[in-house]
Order: sequence, then structure tokens, then C-alpha cells
Amino acid sequence: MRVTVRLFARLREIAGTGELILDLAAPATIRAVWAELASRYDELAPYAASVSAARNQEYARMDTAVSDGDEIAFLPPVSGGAGAQRRPSE
Amino acid sequence: MPAARLALTVDPLDVVTVTTAVTESARGVTGAISSFIGLVRGENLGRRVRFLEYEGYEPLALRAFERIEQEIHAHWAAAPLGLHHRLGRLEIGDASIAIVVASPHRAEAFAACRYAIERVKQIVPIWKHEHFEGGASWIEGATADPEDEGALAEALRRACA
Repeated sequence: MRVTVRLFARLREIAGTGELILDLAAPATIRAVWAELASRYDELAPYAASVSAARNQEYARMDTAVSDGDEIAFLPPVSGGAGAQRRPSE
Repeated sequence: MPAARLALTVDPLDVVTVTTAVTESARGVTGAISSFIGLVRGENLGRRVRFLEYEGYEPLALRAFERIEQEIHAHWAAAPLGLHHRLGRLEIGDASIAIVVASPHRAEAFAACRYAIERVKQIVPIWKHEHFEGGASWIEGATADPEDEGALAEALRRACA
């Protein structure tokens, strides 16, 4: 199956693109999409514990199943501002 | 056509526009309006900031705004929320966010307005790229998990402190 991956902020910079197409063996979960990405871009690995995900523009858990044609977005921690400087654990 | 109450825009923010959008939908029941405007500071973490770039996942950010409005209604007798967030390049002193909350009485308006900005910082998928003298970095803080009960409780605590 084929999914569109959307990346933002630091994740987008690491991958060098905000949108890419991935082919995966079915069945697959969002975690499998992330694993495929992380295998292509080593620098993504530290974000495994802090990244959030969305499937077809709705928040989704990493164990959510993906379908052919889905848009899967990976979201790094958002700008916390003063008093919310929780760093991703590495 | 009146402005949307909840919006993302690359244009300069205008709190009067947001206020009008809110009051038009709550005329007669509103006795108090509280507003918050966040500005780009020229200093952060001891660094001199040159400018900021905001990047957002727009459909999810708008849904997060709607969720924050629903959470406000669950806690306070507040009328509609007005929330405009700017994206793209912002200079020092520019407004990055304008929040307007109307309610029957002032206590709820102040609390709900504070709650709204705390929740924006926690769950709205908008990222800030800070360009300072000598470099640039993404400002990362909270997780973007709207189901995180601990974060919600913390926002409520700050709003009611």
C-alpha cells in the first residue's frame, strides 16, 4: 500500500521535504510508517519518544492501522513557550 | 462577510476583528470580554532574536482550536471563543496570537482566556523557528497530545490560580 507522509518543523528539515510517498507491506500501523522513515533518516530516531501522529488529519495513536491512500503526519513537540520547556527525551 | 472566529492567517492580526467575530455571535448574553495578544519578543533564553517563523499543520490546528473552545464550555459559562494565530515570518513586536473570550461575567472571561493560551501552547500543532544572532533553532516544548490529562489539569490550574 501507499501512504503520503507529512512532516513539520525539525522533522521536515531532517528529511529535507515536508511531504513524501512511502510504500509499505500491508497490514501496517503508524508505528511501521515511522520505522520506515527512521530507517531512511537516522536523525529522526531521537524523536521516537516525543513525536505525535495524525491519520487523515485526525490525531491518532502509533498503533493505529493505516490504509492505502492515507495521509500520515508526524508532529514534533509544539512550541511550549516560557514555563513549558519540556524537551523530548533522548 | 464577518471574519471567522477561529483562524490561521499569514496576515497581520487585528484584535478588533476577532472581538467583532465573537460579539456578533453572542450579543445580549455577553457581559464581559477578555482578550490576550501574544507578541514576538526581541530576546529569548538570553539570545537576541532577529525574527520568527511559524509553521502549522492547518487542518489539525483548527480542530485543536475547536477542541479548546469545547473544553472552555465544559468548565465556564463562556460564550464563543475567538482565536486567530499567525503563520509565516513575524518581526519583533508583531502579534503572533490574538484570543478573545466573551462570557456573562468577568471572572469566567479572564479564566477562560488564560486557559485558552495555556492549551494553545500545549496541543496546537504550530511550531516556532527562532532566528537569533548567530543561528536558528526550533523551539520545542509540549507534546501535541490533546488526550494528555496531566497537561489539561495543568492548564486548568494556571487558569484558576
